[in-house]
Amino acid sequence: MLEIKNLYASIDGKEILKGVTLSVKPGEIHAIMGPNGSGKSTLASVVVGNPAFEITSGSITFEGKNLLEKDPEERANEGIFLSFQYPVEIPGVSMVNFMRTAINEQRKYRELPPMSASDFLRYMREKKALIDMDNKLTSRSVNEGFSGGEKKKNEIFQMAMLEPKLAILDETDSGLDIDALRVVAHGVNKLKSPEKSTILITHYQRLLEYIVPDYVHVLHDGKIVKSGTKELALELEAKGYDWLK
Amino acid sequence: MEKQYIELYKAHHQLIKQNSASIINELRDAAFAKFESMGFPSTKHEDYKYTDLKPVFSADYGLNFKRLDFPVNPYQTFQCDVPEIHGYQYFVVNDGFYPSKEEHNGNLPEGVIICGLKEASEKHPELVAQYYGKLTTPQNDALIAFNETFAQDGFFMYVPENIQLDKPVQLINIMRSDVDMMANSRNLIIIERGAKAQLLVCDHAMDDVNFVANRVSEVFVGENAVYEDYKLENTHAKTANLATVLIDQQESSDTLTNIITLNNGISRNNIEVAMNGEKCESELCGMMVGGNQQKIDNHTTILHNKANCHSNELFKYVLDDVSVGAFTGRIFVEKDAQQTRAYQLNRNILLNKKAKVRTRPQLEIYADDVKCSHGATIGQIDEQALFYMRARGISLPEARLLLMYAFTADVIENIRIPTLADRMKMLVEKRLRGELGMHEGCTLCK
Repeated sequence: MLEIKNLYASIDGKEILKGVTLSVKPGEIHAIMGPNGSGKSTLASVVVGNPAFEITSGSITFEGKNLLEKDPEERANEGIFLSFQYPVEIPGVSMVNFMRTAINEQRKYRELPPMSASDFLRYMREKKALIDMDNKLTSRSVNEGFSGGEKKKNEIFQMAMLEPKLAILDETDSGLDIDALRVVAHGVNKLKSPEKSTILITHYQRLLEYIVPDYVHVLHDGKIVKSGTKELALELEAKGYDWLK
Repeated sequence: MEKQYIELYKAHHQLIKQNSASIINELRDAAFAKFESMGFPSTKHEDYKYTDLKPVFSADYGLNFKRLDFPVNPYQTFQCDVPEIHGYQYFVVNDGFYPSKEEHNGNLPEGVIICGLKEASEKHPELVAQYYGKLTTPQNDALIAFNETFAQDGFFMYVPENIQLDKPVQLINIMRSDVDMMANSRNLIIIERGAKAQLLVCDHAMDDVNFVANRVSEVFVGENAVYEDYKLENTHAKTANLATVLIDQQESSDTLTNIITLNNGISRNNIEVAMNGEKCESELCGMMVGGNQQKIDNHTTILHNKANCHSNELFKYVLDDVSVGAFTGRIFVEKDAQQTRAYQLNRNILLNKKAKVRTRPQLEIYADDVKCSHGATIGQIDEQALFYMRARGISLPEARLLLMYAFTADVIENIRIPTLADRMKMLVEKRLRGELGMHEGCTLCK
């Protein structure tokens, strides 16, 4: 599904990713762990096409298509979703308007007619119920005045709405208390299916108690230095990252 | 530059007076003397630093002193198909009030008078004489003096005590001419104690020639009266639209001024709101979209002359290409105007490196127990928000549009007529998409 080969990326001339190779197949959950500054968020940003980063070499394909040729919106409409580490507040744009525009842009991309207003509201109600999203959040401007936990939950809500094939959750657990973490993890697990894949980016093993990965990778200084199964995460928790350097 | 107008007046003042009314004529010579001595302000004049009137007035325009008829009936040409918006509908063609008949607007509520200023001066001379020129005479402004020198007619509205107009009044200013044309129209609006009126002014230009409109309105809002003044400016690149609105507010009155500029050449709005009674409320806001070589200058003054008044001012500009915006917000708080609350905010987005905006908050406060604030921002579209939206599949143009629209939304939300707000939303969105033409007929009603 997602193939990253020998990827190098930099920002403002500073090289962050130094040869990342990763393969994700349908239905798999991959966890990417690593210390601060190892390049985890950069990897996520590069996959979704953040224009701040420059790809210097390597390739990314998604379902056989060259992602590097595509704009961020095309990647999203191909079915890639990023849950942002720091979701952006957009005053004046209502959640409803934002989501309706996103859904209809996705439908346009897939050559489907726009969803009617009533169908859209019904669809949104279903998804809200699925992840237990508060009505009062969806009636506000995008992320405006949301708490940290609410912002993260809103990311999962958007994911539920857009039904991506590949979801990348960038530090979705950071800044969450244990209850919020459970709610977010619950949402992610509900959306799981044999065709859908997930990449979890995290510092801590904590999230992996709730969302169990098939593979765990350790990113260090822009490279994957070790891959293994979920036991690797426990080992990291016990020993820290230093032994891998 | 002034010389041609001075000679014009000297040569034609008889003709001008013959085709106007005596109350309007009474102030004419004094206004002319004022204009003759002061001339047009240069950009060295503090108030006109950012609007150069020279290119506006140096060209040669036709003026219709003889009041020749406009050959088309605007009531037929401008069919309005949104009846809940247009309410009572009137036209000023260039600077002449187009006769309105009963078939156009039915019967107005008891005592309400809406007609041309010339007609009002003839039929209701005591009423007009009591108000005409009362707000303009103390002013020292060349555009006002120029208007008072040449104006022969305009729009008149009188809403007597405790009458609340059931529908908005729409005034459509049309510039219509086959040759370059100047219009100096004069409006007088009287809202008596406890009365309420909503006025929607639409400025349009019909023909592909150069137009200058120099319009002056005096508005008197009595005790406990409510007056809402909406303006939609959608003219074209060859139009210089100069408008002065002077509002006098009495105790516990409430006014709203909301200006939306979508297409124009040069726009200059001089707005002055004088709170001459206690406990007045005033909202003054505007939303301007500029592209190409549009120039948009709003010069606002709020006079807190009495205690316990509240004013709130909000202007937002979205400027593209080489358009230029300017905003001056003067708030003056008199010595005895304690407990004043005056808030002002001007925010601007420049979509292009060549677009410019100049913003000047000017607060003069002589009372010591007041709450006043001012703020001005100039920025670009938020790149992070843009990327966030694109990451959800929203295309770059659509994401930009949503952000621009969001930026302007609070000005539109200030509109208190829901159907008008919806219509404005649609027009602003069209304008931001670049789909709104330089108007053909009334864009509000199409």
